Amino acid sequence: MTAAFRLPSGGVIDRSRTTRFTFDGTAYAGHPGDTLASALLACGRHHVATSISLGRPRGILTAGPEEPCALVRVDAPYAEPMVTATTVELRDGLVAAGLAGRGRLTGAPDPARYDSVHAHCDVLVVGAGPAGLAAALTAARAGARVVLADDQPRPGGSLLGDDASPAGRWAAEAAAELAALPDVRVLTRTTAFGHYDDNLVLALQARQDPPARRVWRIRARQVVVAAGAHERPVAFGGNDRPGIMLAGAARVYLRRYGVLPGRAITVFTTNDSAYDTVRDLERAGAQVVAVLDARDGDLVTGTSGTERITSVRAVAADGSRRDIETDTLLVSGGWNPAAQLFSQARGRLRYDAGLGAFVPAGPLPAVRAAGSANGVFGLGGCLADGAGAGTRALEALARSAHPVPLPPVPREDGPRPARVLWSVPDAGGADEPAFVDLARDATVADVLRAAGAGMRSVEHVKRYTTIGTAHDQGKTSGVLAAGITAGALGTDIASLGTTTFRPPQAPVPFAALAGRDRGPLFDPVRVTALHSWHVCRGAKFENVGQWKRPWYYPRPGEDMETAVLRECRAVRTGVGLMDGSTLGKINVQGPDSAEFLDRVYTGMMSTLKTGSARYGVLCGADGMVLDDGTVTRTGTDEYLLTTTTGNAALVLDWLEEWLQTEWTGLRVHLTSVTEHWATIPLAGPRSRDVLAAVAPDLDVSNEAFGFMTSKETAVAGVPARVSRISFSGELAYEVSVVAWEAIAVWEALLKAGVAYGITPYGTEAMHVLRAEKGYPVIGQDTDGTVTPQDLGLSWAVSKKKPDFVGKRSFARADSTRPGRKQLVALLPADTGRLLPEGAALIGTPAVPAPPVPMLGHVTSSYRSAALDRTFALALVRSGRDRIGQTLYVPLDDGSVAPVTVADPVLYDKEGARRDG
Amino acid sequence: MTADALNGFHLEELPFLTQLSLRAGPGGPAAAAVETALGDPLPAPCTLTRARDADVLWLGPDEFLLLAPPGRQPYLAHELRKAIGPEFASVTDVSAQRTTLDLSGPGVTGVLARGCAIDLDPRVSPPGTCVQTLLARAGVILVVDDPGRIRLLVRPSCAPYLTDWLADASAGA
Repeated sequence: MTAAFRLPSGGVIDRSRTTRFTFDGTAYAGHPGDTLASALLACGRHHVATSISLGRPRGILTAGPEEPCALVRVDAPYAEPMVTATTVELRDGLVAAGLAGRGRLTGAPDPARYDSVHAHCDVLVVGAGPAGLAAALTAARAGARVVLADDQPRPGGSLLGDDASPAGRWAAEAAAELAALPDVRVLTRTTAFGHYDDNLVLALQARQDPPARRVWRIRARQVVVAAGAHERPVAFGGNDRPGIMLAGAARVYLRRYGVLPGRAITVFTTNDSAYDTVRDLERAGAQVVAVLDARDGDLVTGTSGTERITSVRAVAADGSRRDIETDTLLVSGGWNPAAQLFSQARGRLRYDAGLGAFVPAGPLPAVRAAGSANGVFGLGGCLADGAGAGTRALEALARSAHPVPLPPVPREDGPRPARVLWSVPDAGGADEPAFVDLARDATVADVLRAAGAGMRSVEHVKRYTTIGTAHDQGKTSGVLAAGITAGALGTDIASLGTTTFRPPQAPVPFAALAGRDRGPLFDPVRVTALHSWHVCRGAKFENVGQWKRPWYYPRPGEDMETAVLRECRAVRTGVGLMDGSTLGKINVQGPDSAEFLDRVYTGMMSTLKTGSARYGVLCGADGMVLDDGTVTRTGTDEYLLTTTTGNAALVLDWLEEWLQTEWTGLRVHLTSVTEHWATIPLAGPRSRDVLAAVAPDLDVSNEAFGFMTSKETAVAGVPARVSRISFSGELAYEVSVVAWEAIAVWEALLKAGVAYGITPYGTEAMHVLRAEKGYPVIGQDTDGTVTPQDLGLSWAVSKKKPDFVGKRSFARADSTRPGRKQLVALLPADTGRLLPEGAALIGTPAVPAPPVPMLGHVTSSYRSAALDRTFALALVRSGRDRIGQTLYVPLDDGSVAPVTVADPVLYDKEGARRDG
Repeated sequence: MTADALNGFHLEELPFLTQLSLRAGPGGPAAAAVETALGDPLPAPCTLTRARDADVLWLGPDEFLLLAPPGRQPYLAHELRKAIGPEFASVTDVSAQRTTLDLSGPGVTGVLARGCAIDLDPRVSPPGTCVQTLLARAGVILVVDDPGRIRLLVRPSCAPYLTDWLADASAGA
């Protein structure tokens, strides 16, 4: 297609180069500097999309991100599922197609890079038009750190493409000066989309070659919102045809891209601004066939045309009607300040009856609007207001400002007041809808219906009609809807107000917000000091929170079940070792440590002797189990706590909260030492032999080194703490060494254990072994509704202590009622049947009609080498009273598995194996 | 991950440093005793001091981290505990709790800005700045040694993630 509507000169496009692209399967050409919209318009193409619910042809209404109609999908060079043609920069090989209101995510890999950058400045200026440039220049020349963000490829705003006037030259020079200053960062193609607390502004930058999207997180001491204004249409019948465009947009296409919107142009306006467009169009040689000024009583009542407007129906003040043959209708219903960011910052807007728009009511201490975003119109006014905003921002920072010279501007004639006109009343004969929100196909009739249905707030009208909920956030429709609503209700739009502006005020891809946090960097993967050994040994890993823990170590040909059974057998019959380094570890010091631990654990910790350890349960104030672990007294006023892997940070925070907010008088310090110590549980009847071989200074006899005691000694020549703690019921030790010695000690233990068939075991075997002993795992066998008593841990709850966290809740009626769920073991009648974890328990062999009375659920389920059968742990209503009974587990395949309820300790009930 | 993968800066791990956690209430007798032993006042918030035997990092109102060359734990801990005497303060060996990454080069602050919300402009964060913050999704202690030279202390478990992230963040503009 030839660019028949492209002028021979003018604009910021590079006519020496041609950019080829395809739209809806047709080949076109444009120039670097074009948008997809400007290139299509240059080729005479207005019809680019289809409306979302009515399927009407739609064109290009605007020249910017406020575009409600021209939605396209980009297929190449990389896919963008839904963007507006007015914001797509033209590039060679671009392939795009019009949409019917909604896009579709592609399944293809996304080659774009997404990331985020933090920036800090004294003054952030949003918008690099005349006001923004004046503000930025004022701040920059005073030495402030400035960020200037603008959504276009280059600064200039409304002066882009104006090289001839003094103001245009001033803008180019200002942009060049700013770009050269070391403390100024000019961000082009960057849309500030949200203002958040403490003047954090988020902005999305589009970058090309390679394609990229970057979210700037800009922390500014002062913000100047100079984002311009959005022109408003007027609602009239058939106001959505391709070829109908906002008058200001036509001027942008003309000045910035050298494109005429049509040949025979009609203009419909309520204010003076459209006359600038008329003047420029006529200078460029276009024929303006009619100017219908609402202030003179000339109104557009309807349009005709199939793919594009062909005529306008107009009515004059005297009631006379005429049809005007035209290929383009330019509309101006006035301007709305683009005050979205100002409003998000809690800036108050007031209704300006003269402008028919909501304008900032006054600056905030750290956020101010400037230029047309501040309701100031006219070039001279915008320049002065921008410079003033820059000065006041500096004053707020206690910096002195010097006025920057501003360019002379043509004298602006005393403006003729605008007429506020939201919609043209149906003058008879118009049988077409008058659209308010073109993106949602919502009409004047829809707004009236909302009012008729009793909606009295613009927020309700918005939700009833969906006006303002599309990608454009109602930039061209919101105030229109408010005005029409006010008219329908017979109230004043000033008191009705606008809908709330919320971030993001422009579409932001989720991928951009995710930034680098995807794929392998989605979340930190935490590994222990022994990780490389596990990897070399072919371990399969389990995710425990952010940690990678060895799950099991399959030998060649082994599946998980075989490997886990082998690992369990090794611990029960020989010796095994595992990486327990992820256990949370907290060092407790201070003269009140014992008192503190007595208050937070259910058990008595103050009576522990130095060198002894005790199992401890932590409850919330609700009496429910929060975490468990061991407490080892390492000195008179010093303890070492362990927590479960997943709760390490939570427990430290919990303990600190009590210390810092409730018990500020206790002299206790908590220090996380989780990663300082690598911990290696060594378990099994031969563990004593292995330890003895590597700890020559240690008397490992049961008499000298009893259960639940702890010694400092050298292990493999490395200073270590060795504790007789068992999570398997077997004779076992935990060897803790400084993490960077972990590999050496691990390998020494392996070497010393060769004669005993020492076997590394993973978390799955650990779980089986502990479950055989009925040891619960907090978070797996509990869910925040379980007391220590429910778990059979009454022995770990002190009866002597006057108080501890959770104690009072144990006396609540609910904590002591019969029928609470209790931890028990389940033995399936079919000894090979592995019950699914989470499965429900019922009392009858057949599933009764709903509601099915449920007695509990399976919390852990394993195959046991020691028992030579499957088993499970479960929380069962009155579980301990049901020991010996048969219950039933409905399965996914429709069958029901009978199970026998058993005491949770299934293996070595007497504890005979503990001492080896 | 090798240092070659990084554009615009050099990364070196400083392993095995002596690291002691010191908890002592500011202005109290224990803090005064520690200051005498160190020969320098404890650092002000968000800074570090370079004392004779150790860098002392401010981590919180009553929390400090002493950094010294490898192997100094017994001596330093003994000296501190001796100085503190019966007063309420605690000294804990946390040498392996964090590893230290030394980052240097003109690209350092630019790369860190891609994942760290701290303003590293020298006028705002001059040498001697010490803060606890997030870099990407990992908690770090960040020390500004010189403009263009920054130490990061990170949990060793998170160090592979962090170096992968640094490589990713330093690739491309």
